[in-house]
Amino acid sequence: MRSPTLLIAAGALLAATGLAHAEGELNIFNWGDYTSPELIKKFEEKYDVKVTVTDYDSNTTALTKVSAGGHGFDIVVPSANYVPIFVGEGLLLEARPDQMENFKNVSKRWRDVPWDPGRHYTVPWQWGTTGVAVNKTAYSGNVNTSAIFMDPPEELVGKVNVIPEMSDVMAMAVWYAGGGVCTQDKTVLKKVRDLLVAAKPKWMSMDYGMSDKLSNNDVLASVNWSGSTFRARLNNPDVVYGYPQEGYPVWMDSVAILKDAKNVDNAKLFMNFIMEPENAAMISAFARYANGIDGSQEFMPENMRTAPEVNVPEEFAAAGQFLPTCPPAVQKMYTAIWTEVMK
Amino acid sequence: MSAVEISPAAGTDQEARAEAARTRRNWLLSLPAVILLLFAASGPLVIVLIYSFLTPGDYSGVKWIPTFDAWTSILFSRDIFDDTLRLADAHLTIFWRSASLSLLTTLITFLLGFPTAYFIATRPPRQRGLWLFLITIPFWTNLLIRTFAIMEVIRNEGLLNKLLMMTGLISEPLQILYSDTAVLIGMAYVYLPLMVLPLYAALERFDFRLVEAGYDLYAGRWMVLRKVILPLVKPGIVAGSILVFMPSLGAYVTPRVLGGGKHMMIGSFIELQFGQGRNWPLGASLSMLLLLIVGIGLFFYVRAMSKEKAHD
Repeated sequence: MRSPTLLIAAGALLAATGLAHAEGELNIFNWGDYTSPELIKKFEEKYDVKVTVTDYDSNTTALTKVSAGGHGFDIVVPSANYVPIFVGEGLLLEARPDQMENFKNVSKRWRDVPWDPGRHYTVPWQWGTTGVAVNKTAYSGNVNTSAIFMDPPEELVGKVNVIPEMSDVMAMAVWYAGGGVCTQDKTVLKKVRDLLVAAKPKWMSMDYGMSDKLSNNDVLASVNWSGSTFRARLNNPDVVYGYPQEGYPVWMDSVAILKDAKNVDNAKLFMNFIMEPENAAMISAFARYANGIDGSQEFMPENMRTAPEVNVPEEFAAAGQFLPTCPPAVQKMYTAIWTEVMK
Repeated sequence: MSAVEISPAAGTDQEARAEAARTRRNWLLSLPAVILLLFAASGPLVIVLIYSFLTPGDYSGVKWIPTFDAWTSILFSRDIFDDTLRLADAHLTIFWRSASLSLLTTLITFLLGFPTAYFIATRPPRQRGLWLFLITIPFWTNLLIRTFAIMEVIRNEGLLNKLLMMTGLISEPLQILYSDTAVLIGMAYVYLPLMVLPLYAALERFDFRLVEAGYDLYAGRWMVLRKVILPLVKPGIVAGSILVFMPSLGAYVTPRVLGGGKHMMIGSFIELQFGQGRNWPLGASLSMLLLLIVGIGLFFYVRAMSKEKAHD
């Protein structure tokens, strides 16, 4: 136990004094359209490291590729509900970022998180919420409710999109029906199914890519992610983002080092590097989500500091919840309901 | 025994040896291709087949516990509320939607493709190459891009709606995007060349003097088409229909982009099992079933064709 700690301490010291000159490579496996090229360039120049970024489109894809082995990646960025699975399957290196130089910059809220107690494995990359986006010229009523898609107001009937993200949508539907996350309560689930089956004919589509479609009025309301809605609003000022009071998912993707990483030193340098406020701000300025690093705000573009999509208003903060990964038995029921709705 | 039989003719012995060497050489030469086919084509299929008889892993993947669950759950599912086993009507609905949309696509491509192929086949031989070349141009572009192009045309603020509004035929944009009509338009557009080419191949070989003979025997145009042309180009019609129907059945991109994903088809249903549904065995068994349907279709096609040949 002693020596790794010592090594990390030495590494942190080196990084802090700028003596580290970790020539070599770093292979990052991250979500598509999510990694700021400027951030990578800065890291490459500072440490003389050649960085390669490879994209994935879902946590399952990442998990499958990584657990198959022989991938050659050093860093992966799983969502909160997948971090315990990665750890449980023995895929992550206990890199102890909590002992790194820049860990002091991590916001208090994100230091001790349920999916990674004490942050022994991961550091924050970006976090956001799943809510509802509404074009206010089409509907001017209350947007802070899941009724936008669970029981669409007359003005929005036949105009609502729902992103086909099963876990997010099912969780929102369960909260709307009065249940809790990963509930097995059959009366609640029956209500969920009936509500969804009744609501679906009032939807227009179930599709991704909403930042474009909300921008050019192809879609007038949608279940959508905060950052995507933010990007839509920058093109189309009529788009507003609602935080459903019944409950809405909060998510965070975190940077972790893989156990079979070949460039562990560079990966650790990267972890420490992105906890620097100025660098974290680059991540957010690119993908338009918040990052969980204190002090990064002042390095962000002005429109991000005030954006209601990024800064959750005080009165809606309590309704946001992290989604755990539901146990297989529950998952099976959710998939059955989802199939019933999507058939 | 064989050595004794061969030995009387010493001359053929040498020939036999040369023949054997030739066979061996041919085998060796084709070995790389055989190995490639065996491992790269059949290998993955065997894995899919094996997976369809396993138990889903807790978080994606599979557990090595053999079971028929995946296969039975295609047709029968246990109700999550009252736990009774019954026909999985959600799955059947999805299969039925895929099958009926594919049939409609085949019909539409035939109705559009037949006149096109007929037109090309009746051009002077020197012009035919150019027409065929025009038919194949869409293949140069990626399927996804062609699908997005269709989307651009039928969008609410797209080309078609703008044109219709300009001419005053409609006053409000038609909601075509995200409907079964949109999926049909997209699939018919994408698969049309697959219908035209075999139809053309059949019509090109067709002896048009037979049409004249038909007219001479007082057959009307409709009668000639039905009794002379269609029966003789039937192999082309069958080939084209199979080429269109099979890929339509498993189509993923077009229904997903143009259909708005509101109604699942087999392709996206399989994807759900491997992704968010975390049920690989069900996904694997659905894929195998799809392959089986396509295989049976091809089997009947080949059999029908060989019968046709026997008649000739």
